[in-house]
Amino acid sequence: MGMKNLFAFVAVAALLAGCASTPIEESKAGVEDRTPTTAVLAQPGISTVTPVGPNADQVPNELKDPKSILSKRSIFYDYDKYDVKDEYKPLLQAHASYLAKHRDAKILIQGNCDERGSREYNIALGQKRADGVKKILQLMGVQEGQMESVSLGEEKPRCTETTEACYSQNRRSDMLYRGEY
Amino acid sequence: MRFVFRSVLLLLALLSFDAQAQLSIEITGGGANQIPIGVLRFAGEQVLPQSISDIVEADLQRSGRFRMLFAGNVDPLPSEVAQVNFTDWKNRSADALVIGSVARLADGRFEARFRLFDVPKQTQIGGVAFTMNAQQVRTTAHRIADLIYEKLTGDRGVFSTRIAYVVKQGSRFELQIADADGAGAQTALASREPIMSPAWSPDGTRLAYVSFENKKPVVYVHSLVSGQRQAVANFKGSNSAPAWSADGKQLAVVLSKDGGSQIYLIGADGSNPRRITNTASIDTEPYFSPDGQSIYFTSDRGGSPQIYRMSATGGEATRVTFDGNYNVSPRVSGDGKTLVYIAREGGRFQLKSFDLASRQTQGLTDGQHDESPSFAPNGKMILYATQISSRGSLAAVSIDGRVKQRLSVQAADVREPAWGPYFNN
Repeated sequence: MGMKNLFAFVAVAALLAGCASTPIEESKAGVEDRTPTTAVLAQPGISTVTPVGPNADQVPNELKDPKSILSKRSIFYDYDKYDVKDEYKPLLQAHASYLAKHRDAKILIQGNCDERGSREYNIALGQKRADGVKKILQLMGVQEGQMESVSLGEEKPRCTETTEACYSQNRRSDMLYRGEY
Repeated sequence: MRFVFRSVLLLLALLSFDAQAQLSIEITGGGANQIPIGVLRFAGEQVLPQSISDIVEADLQRSGRFRMLFAGNVDPLPSEVAQVNFTDWKNRSADALVIGSVARLADGRFEARFRLFDVPKQTQIGGVAFTMNAQQVRTTAHRIADLIYEKLTGDRGVFSTRIAYVVKQGSRFELQIADADGAGAQTALASREPIMSPAWSPDGTRLAYVSFENKKPVVYVHSLVSGQRQAVANFKGSNSAPAWSADGKQLAVVLSKDGGSQIYLIGADGSNPRRITNTASIDTEPYFSPDGQSIYFTSDRGGSPQIYRMSATGGEATRVTFDGNYNVSPRVSGDGKTLVYIAREGGRFQLKSFDLASRQTQGLTDGQHDESPSFAPNGKMILYATQISSRGSLAAVSIDGRVKQRLSVQAADVREPAWGPYFNN
């Protein structure tokens, strides 16, 4: 008799014992025999992930010169908003010109949110911010293949205090060139 | 037969448990109509490495459905019905009484036996003998608590289930899995980049989640049996919000590969992506109804994020929530009757329940930053993330809002809880 059948048999016997006028076995009446199973999870096998870091040597000096507008990479937003304010248009224009001139250059646009609200909804909101930047750069002549827009949601905050000053730093899109992420 | 357990005996994982990372649970509110119950020490249980009756008692107490009666000072401990002093327990207003015994077997294993009595009727209403080894004391105690819980409440117990959650300690993220009582935490994945949105496959053998190890959100499926993991959605743009279909063969995910965040169905191995929403708005946080027929999701198509429902194959969507201007993270109870979600009101994010038949809304929590709700498989409790003194913590609340628990880890930020399914269905 297989284990399962054995259990079923014991269970039925226990059930019968409950109905019968004389218990089947005095010492064990009304007690079913079981062996506990351990949850299916056997050994999760810890996976450790070690990501590859940025490599600043790959980044042209032109993009790193603090005196150049090209060294500025961030666009900030109002709460729950994803429209790019006019003040950032010159910054986007400068990057659009650089990318149009260097067709082999590529950027990653990362959208970020403050910590309030659903983490997954914030992924979508951050994506909307990054997509908005990508769309403007495209209109300014950058080829789609040079850009990828992604969202970090609220997962990579630049500032971690629960103040509006801090939140406003985290509602942000960043433009990163190869070697910077 | 209600309780036919799978008879496959699986080896216990020999993993070192990090005492610091242990979740501890504190009960912060009690339920109504608690059943008064006495749980006696099991005769002979001192042969075990830990007290089995203590774990049973703690499980029952944590559920909020029982009022634990003082059960000390009983000597000798009864292990048979004839030895029980029912008059004494009637005088202590007990409705139910649990007795048990533990004996060492010839092969070195143990037999733990318990009996559950209806005190007013003076009859036995349940009893099981378990054969176990020394590492199976907790597992056995949870099984016993499940049986007692079901007999007395009519609802299936969830003490043998597991939970998954993410712990952030400094710049290290860990996806951990623990028993429903927070014990036995094991790390399934450790990373220097964020991990979010764990979701259990219906059979409890796999977790889908989002990892940022490639500097952007990518959806993985991780086998808890083999430890193998596979990127199942790694398209251009962001990949997030995995949800399992009822049969475990498909995932609903949110992809931005075609512009905007839209919902797609993919095979659980990442095959055959099909887009099922088609808007210029945000469509995210898909969640399958238990019958597999519908998907609930969050969309801002009406101007603010609200919860909608559509067929699981896509098509026309019906708006479900109307109050307020921020309703997100829909989850449906296993019986399909209750929707819970997070609502923003006056800058506070709190858990609400919505009766899908009567359309009545009830507030369940009063936190500032409550998020990521997850139903226990019996639908009686909801696990969620909250903040306590600006640190992430887990909490649970009963579906009627009365029983409240808090789960925390020392010196770490805990978030993104997901309550696993029943094992051994």
